[in-house]
Amino acid sequence: MTTFEAILFTIVTASTPLLIAAIGELVAERAGVLNLGVEGMMAMGAVCAFAAAFTFDSTLIGIVMGMVAGGLMAALFALAVLGLAANQVGAGLALTIFGLGLSGLIGAPFVGQTRPRIEEWPIPILSDIPLVGHALFSQDPFVYVAFGLVVGTAYFLARTRAGLRLRSIGENHASAHALGLPVLKMRVMAVIFGGICAGLAGAYLSLVYTRFWAPNMTAGRGWIAVALVVFAAWRPTWALVGALVFGAATVLQLHAQAAQVGLPSQLLAAAPYIATILALVLLSIRRGRAVGAPGSLGTPFVPDR
Amino acid sequence: MRLELLPRPDPSPVARALAPLAALVVAFLVAGLVVALMGRSPVSAFEVYVLQPLTDPWSLRAMLVKATPLILIAIGLSYCFRAGLWNIGAEGQFIMGGVAGAALALATHGSDPGPWLLPAMMIAGILGGAAWGAIPAFLKVRFGVSEILTSLFLVYIAELFLDWLARGPWRDPAGFNFPQSVVFESAARLPEIPGLDRVHVGVILAVIAVLVTAIVLGRTLFGYRLKLTGDAPRAARFAGFDAKRTTFIVFLISGGLAGLAGIAEVSGQIGRVIPDISPGYGFTAITVAFLGRLNPFGILAAGLVLALTFIGGENAQILLRLPFDLTVAFQGLVLLFVLGADALVSYRVRLVRRVGAKA
Repeated sequence: MTTFEAILFTIVTASTPLLIAAIGELVAERAGVLNLGVEGMMAMGAVCAFAAAFTFDSTLIGIVMGMVAGGLMAALFALAVLGLAANQVGAGLALTIFGLGLSGLIGAPFVGQTRPRIEEWPIPILSDIPLVGHALFSQDPFVYVAFGLVVGTAYFLARTRAGLRLRSIGENHASAHALGLPVLKMRVMAVIFGGICAGLAGAYLSLVYTRFWAPNMTAGRGWIAVALVVFAAWRPTWALVGALVFGAATVLQLHAQAAQVGLPSQLLAAAPYIATILALVLLSIRRGRAVGAPGSLGTPFVPDR
Repeated sequence: MRLELLPRPDPSPVARALAPLAALVVAFLVAGLVVALMGRSPVSAFEVYVLQPLTDPWSLRAMLVKATPLILIAIGLSYCFRAGLWNIGAEGQFIMGGVAGAALALATHGSDPGPWLLPAMMIAGILGGAAWGAIPAFLKVRFGVSEILTSLFLVYIAELFLDWLARGPWRDPAGFNFPQSVVFESAARLPEIPGLDRVHVGVILAVIAVLVTAIVLGRTLFGYRLKLTGDAPRAARFAGFDAKRTTFIVFLISGGLAGLAGIAEVSGQIGRVIPDISPGYGFTAITVAFLGRLNPFGILAAGLVLALTFIGGENAQILLRLPFDLTVAFQGLVLLFVLGADALVSYRVRLVRRVGAKA
């Protein structure tokens, strides 16, 4: 394995939590709901996954609990913004603050513990492809799940009847409602799907990526996932590209810190955030304003009778 | 089973005023439940969090000091939120204000600069925060980039910048390698209010911000324009109000006030530069702004309430060994419930069962 292959491998690993969370948020936003609580749902996923995996000594139980935690957080958000038509930006922020706080409470007894390494599942033949084979196909199962999510979501949104309905309620909820589509019901499902994805992304962080739990370990990844959705113009395949770019930014700045390139470590640590802002600016210059954003994104829907 | 929202023809103003209070009570009940689930007594937690600080003169003064940044920042945020703009990066603007003001204090250290220093530091703080707030405003106006994400990412950048300063160029060479600057000279410290031990004059700045904002919002064209831009952007456009200019102005105001809060905290409370100058004031202030219904006097009251949660949280850490995260979780819940309570005022909520939903 060459150094290049090794770096590529870690880039894919670093991108995976971003990608999983971004796909979940993308589906929720396509349905017209802006959930800024990704960071909080991810934090809850990370801590619940770790706590459950540690308590029952089972990674699988951990993963499931991480997804359940993310889903429950999303359900709370759905109750506020869909059940009560509360402001989505405010409620999402509240969910993030709440999730970061609660995850600290739950995780306190588990600080300092570690979980065993998760075996990679190399795929025969494919993992022997020169250069990229190792990075893409000798990975842990989460990575394949993430790829599967991209393909599945892209297919669902573009090619299925349910996907078309979901997009239409996100574009114009009043028309969709007039056509008899269950706007709120589909939105609830999309939001909970987003929460489950965020929880899974959190589980990946604590069970695979670091294998320990620490307070605030999500470190803004949930927010980067939200930015990725904009970056990807609400398209799953572009979310994959974006996640790899930001994964690369994260990994390369770590390598630069290790190599002592003479820049302050804080500047390098800030690089992914600076890159995110620049990417958002460059994309809106190229595309014009907010092209691709679902028409009803962020606006509450109260059906009249 | 689902919830059905029926708009109330004329929502009761009394209910609207009481909604934040109700949200607060529910948040306390849920927090009590969480404490009980952790195997602790909610009653003693309530005593340590709320009753003790409110009955102890030292804690009451500490509450004023903590409320100062919260009120200053939340007052600024109320301008943005009223205009329908989501500045969620006040934490970064707070830090950059502290940095800009501290730069003056450190540059004049040991040179006996005279009485102009403190006012200059405050102005530098305002400018530092306003400059940091101007970035998301500029990116939104010029390129159409969402201010939500840019203002938030700028928080991380500001935090890392401050961290670098405190560990690098500004570190006290005689400080045994601790990541902190020299202690400011007394000329660079905000003085205490006479008669109020350990309470710096930043408190007065916060009260002034409240009063000025009450006048601006209630009595000026700018205040009216702000309200209109937030409530009815189309109408505001037809009326010839320039949305771009409004965006800049509210971000400058809110960044400036957050920056002022930052330098007041550094100069009045901490007295030196350290990597961590805020326990999340910039985020808590969002809760303060909404709990205060974006009303200046409401924010004054809400700032005191959430300052209490900081003091109570520190108390509980020491006395009950309850993690400070409980306070953070509580603050998130308050924001969520306040927003939810708004809906209960505007709508009649009915639980509809599947059977008979045809009616």
